[in-house]
Amino acid sequence: MKYLRLILANLMRSKRRTFLTVFSIAVALFLFCTLRTVITSFEASLRASQATRLVVRHAASLVFPLPLAYKERLAQVPGVTGVTYGNWFGGFYQDPKNQFAQFAMDVPTMLDLFPETVIPPDQVQAFRSERTSCVIGRALARKYGWKIGDQIPIVGTIYPGEWRFNVRGIYEGKTPDVDENTLFFHWDFLNESLPEGRRNYVGIYWLRISSPDLAAPVSRRVDAIFENSTQPTKTETEKAFQAGFISMIGNVQLLLTIIGSAIVFAIMLVTINTMMMAARERTTEIAVLKTLGFSDGLILRLVAGEALVVSLLGGLLGCGLAALVFHETDFTGGGFFPNFRVLPATILTGLLLAAVMGILSGVGPAISAARLRIASALRKVA
Amino acid sequence: MDSKNGNLVELRDVYKVYFRDRIEVPVLQGIDLEVREGEFVALMGPSGSGKSTLLNLIAGLDSPTKGEVRVAGESLGRLKPSRLAAWRARHIGFIFQLYNLIPVLTAYQNVELPLLLTKLSAKDRKKRVHFALDLVGLAGRAKHFPRQLSGGEEQRVAIARAIVADPTLLVADEPTGDLDARNAADILLLLQRLNQELQKTILMVTHDPHAAERAQKTLHLDKGVLQP
Repeated sequence: MKYLRLILANLMRSKRRTFLTVFSIAVALFLFCTLRTVITSFEASLRASQATRLVVRHAASLVFPLPLAYKERLAQVPGVTGVTYGNWFGGFYQDPKNQFAQFAMDVPTMLDLFPETVIPPDQVQAFRSERTSCVIGRALARKYGWKIGDQIPIVGTIYPGEWRFNVRGIYEGKTPDVDENTLFFHWDFLNESLPEGRRNYVGIYWLRISSPDLAAPVSRRVDAIFENSTQPTKTETEKAFQAGFISMIGNVQLLLTIIGSAIVFAIMLVTINTMMMAARERTTEIAVLKTLGFSDGLILRLVAGEALVVSLLGGLLGCGLAALVFHETDFTGGGFFPNFRVLPATILTGLLLAAVMGILSGVGPAISAARLRIASALRKVA
Repeated sequence: MDSKNGNLVELRDVYKVYFRDRIEVPVLQGIDLEVREGEFVALMGPSGSGKSTLLNLIAGLDSPTKGEVRVAGESLGRLKPSRLAAWRARHIGFIFQLYNLIPVLTAYQNVELPLLLTKLSAKDRKKRVHFALDLVGLAGRAKHFPRQLSGGEEQRVAIARAIVADPTLLVADEPTGDLDARNAADILLLLQRLNQELQKTILMVTHDPHAAERAQKTLHLDKGVLQP
């Protein structure tokens, strides 16, 4: 502890250099936390998926809808205990920047099939009984300051025009993984507002099955039923559906891991260079400390300690800022990342990474300083 | 101290050879030297005569190519680097020509540096640092950084740093070489006081005959050989 003052004094030698090094590490760790959170938010979506829920969509693409008439036939498949359906609405609030997920859902069946979304009974009643009503997630309500009774105007992109929904309920997730950034409204309201030719079509069906073991046979059975129709289906577990949805933009996890690693590696090289310069500038002082009796091991620890302190400061700043910024702004990436929360595990990983950066960037200069020959170093100055 | 004969420093047939671009450069050639405890010895000689190299060998900063260097009862060639560092901390106080204070530390913190290597408590360290600063006449400058001090004051802080851990031997490499005449005289007087009042053994390298006059004994080194 008595040497900490020496380490801090050396860091204050060139305040600008120390600040810039800390800042660059902070930026790298901020980006690391951001990219890591993209991955964990995807993983959270997968975790929130129910093992007893199947998703049925058009076999060709999500873009193509399925007839509403499929509902009754789906309900009759052995093992299926419930069916609901909905359409992705794809609108925005006031400005295209304000994107979040909106779904037109069959309200009576939806509440039964999604028990992980919790809505107070009186709000359920109000939602059920009003055609133009909606329920919104708690995080969404907090972000825009919406409360029960407010009217939300949404500009449709898939379904053009301005749509107004009255907030009648605010739902919470049963677990932290459940998305709380979505707006649900009545499918009937959407359907009735559409021109005749576009009515009675559904984007996705959700099926509840009596046991997770039935996922594969029920999926096969459903797809077999509609195999020869003009709108064949693709049925899969909710988890597989989410994973497939994510994979539409490529191997995200690998891509983000490569980008994150490259950033951290580049900044580590910069830090190594800075620490080597800092140690080289102090050759005489290191020789003086050794003359006073500071051992090679102690010199090594002091120089490595400086690198570690700089890296950890950068790490704390970067990880802390990421946690704060994304928490305060309720960032959802336009509704694409409904669970965008920097997890404690991500912060811990970031800090560990900062510590590794510190050790790696300090080890070279520290070994050079420890190996410094006093007489040679002093002779260069004299 | 070597208890057998009262010599604090003993060099026997010491050689030092440097290599510059693979060319052998002999710096010290068969040095035999004895310094008794409590002596103030000046070492004079022209540039390149090997004065600083000899001082470095005695202070344990460098090792001889051949021969034995024995200081304070310890044969330095036998010590491993870590034990040699601990030995320096215990026995050597080094005063440089260019002061070599750490610029980011205050006078107090610079003087405290050797004590960080001891097991003294913060309170005891404080007491000893103030005593050393008081001894060199800089009690009021404890919180000043080197850049806020004059050359003479910086050298006084360096002397306080050299004596704070109460070393067995003070080695000074041209301690007045970078000072004006008045400050040089003050520093020499201070070294003389340390020798006479605190019985410190001092080995000082100097170019200046006036500085050498302060010592009890003057040795001359020329082309790596001690002159009789």
